[in-house]
Amino acid sequence: MSGHTFQNKAIRWIDERMPIFTVMQHSAIDYPTPKNLNYWWNFGSLALFVLVIMLMTGIFLAMSYTPHVDYAFTSVERIMRDVNYGWLLRYLHMNGASMFFIVVYIHIFRGLYYGSYKAPRELLWWLGIVILLVMMATAFMGYVLPWGQMSFWGATVITNLFSAIPLVGEDIVTWLWGGFSVDNPTLNRFFALHYLLPFVLVAVVFLHLWALHTTKSGNPLGIDVKGPQDTIPFHPYYTIKDLFGVGVFLLFYLFFVFYAPNFFGEPDNYIPANPLVTPPHIVPEWYFLPFYAILRAVPDKLGGVVLMFGSILILFALPWLDRSRVRSARFRPIYKQVFWLFLIDCIVLGYIGAKPPEGAFITIGRIATAYYFAHFLIVMPLLGRLEKPRPVPQSISAPVLKPAAATAQMEKV
Amino acid sequence: MADTASHAHGAPGQGETRRDFLLYATTAVGAVGTAIALWPFIHSMNPAADVLALSSTEVDLSPIAEGQSITVTWRGKPVFIRHRTAREIEEARAADASGLPDPQKDEDRVQKAEWLVLVGVCTHLGCIPLGQKTSEPKGDYNGWFCPCHGSHYDTSGRIRKGPAPANLVVPEYTFLDDNRVRIG
Ligand code: HEM
Ligand code: FES
Repeated sequence: MSGHTFQNKAIRWIDERMPIFTVMQHSAIDYPTPKNLNYWWNFGSLALFVLVIMLMTGIFLAMSYTPHVDYAFTSVERIMRDVNYGWLLRYLHMNGASMFFIVVYIHIFRGLYYGSYKAPRELLWWLGIVILLVMMATAFMGYVLPWGQMSFWGATVITNLFSAIPLVGEDIVTWLWGGFSVDNPTLNRFFALHYLLPFVLVAVVFLHLWALHTTKSGNPLGIDVKGPQDTIPFHPYYTIKDLFGVGVFLLFYLFFVFYAPNFFGEPDNYIPANPLVTPPHIVPEWYFLPFYAILRAVPDKLGGVVLMFGSILILFALPWLDRSRVRSARFRPIYKQVFWLFLIDCIVLGYIGAKPPEGAFITIGRIATAYYFAHFLIVMPLLGRLEKPRPVPQSISAPVLKPAAATAQMEKV
Repeated sequence: MADTASHAHGAPGQGETRRDFLLYATTAVGAVGTAIALWPFIHSMNPAADVLALSSTEVDLSPIAEGQSITVTWRGKPVFIRHRTAREIEEARAADASGLPDPQKDEDRVQKAEWLVLVGVCTHLGCIPLGQKTSEPKGDYNGWFCPCHGSHYDTSGRIRKGPAPANLVVPEYTFLDDNRVRIG
């Protein structure tokens, strides 16, 4: 990384001693980015934007929140009624969690479609999965904090998952609770961890970006950058495009915040936690529903838990499961279709996760679960061998610079 | 790409360009928008509605004998209520108000001469002055003495000696009847 020469003397003075401005110049301004990125590449920066909003609103909420079983619920109600703009902070935070998952799920499916997990971006992909896991833990513990009925029973059910572990399961659950049921010690530690984990997230996101800037962004064609003619500087081209994305995203996000703030929530969570009464129908937050469906698809306690965690952990193995040398689904006629089948399967799982486990829902849930794993363990490895990919363009610029020859090929794509 | 860029910039040497204008306009809107978005965060740290609702306290004065003081809490702060003796009133009125560090007449600090109501927070750096109990030092002027950095207040709660810059604050209060006062 050759040092950049800055005009401003103060900046130069600092930069010679710690090249922070050189790093910023390289990674946020000059950073060579493929010139053919489409809007699906906006979701990474959007996720970062949401993370910042979650941190900001969370820290300010924490200033008015009390992590004690006797006060948690009322302190949240006080935030809603008495704290200046408390309702806004809380609705931004609540809906922000949903937005975070929407954005990150799109980000992940973008990766699945364009083969972003393939060499040389495996580490980048794995760091992304770590982010997903930390996010899930954070969201789960955050949901417990308002200490409503769903908070309490969600915490009870999810922590009890660990009791499925043979031999030590019960001890682990007691350890997680700090007692013999979900109670004040549990709430206290969940608050501490809910405050901590987002900062862990910041650190892992930093590593994610480091890996990204080492391998550079992929692109919709899935081919390597061949030279400077294939890239444009990040600033102003992608800064402005990302900013535009943030604008559109804010319209979507703020629509919910201002007009349907409880759309993603459960009314039962406005009933204070009662350890003696379970609500008739407990469901997790929508972003956990597909995994919840997988958990319930298995009629065996340990089996369900293993499969549920397995459904996320299997993503780690993708670089080995998908042996196709072509990254982008654009040039993979069959994978392109099974991708959509897989997406539909995930939505079906989400739907089943929200339904009571009875009748046809059980059967559908089991089929969808089987297909989920079949997609990764059977379809992907087979396609890698059997599918005949279409020819990929020579370079990113080729179809543009030599229209006659290359566009004909592109057209079909 | 280089082509498009220079094209959008307009003819060279034209000075201000459309692109400059868009850049400044975007930056300005962004800056104002961010500032407005920050306000709810900052304002959420100001006193909340329930805190503001606690802003008055009623006190029954009948049990306070002449020469006695009580301390009540108002907005989380101590308020001194002193049933002054004739001598204390006389001392307070005798002082030449114009010669004090924070000139103010005793008449302007009380509604009824025998009842002195003060926020019991030293105007220096916020300690609570001594002098409420008979066992405590009252300072050189027979009022209150702040142990933190040695401020002396007189029987009207005015600063007479020491680092504090101002007299003890007289809160807003109203007599509901002869024996009851509402602070705030
Ligand atoms: C990193 C991403 C984060 C996610 C996904 C997340 C998720 C959540 C969720 C789902 C809730 C429950 C909302 C409700 O029903 O009211 C919640 C509540 C809460 N979160 Fe977070 N959170 C994040 C970051 C943070 C941070 C950084 C802090 C503070 C340092 C924080 C502090 C709080 C507090 C105090 C509550 C309880 C108040 C309330 O219920 O509104 N959160 N969080
Ligand atoms: S705080 Fe009272 S003298 Fe300094």
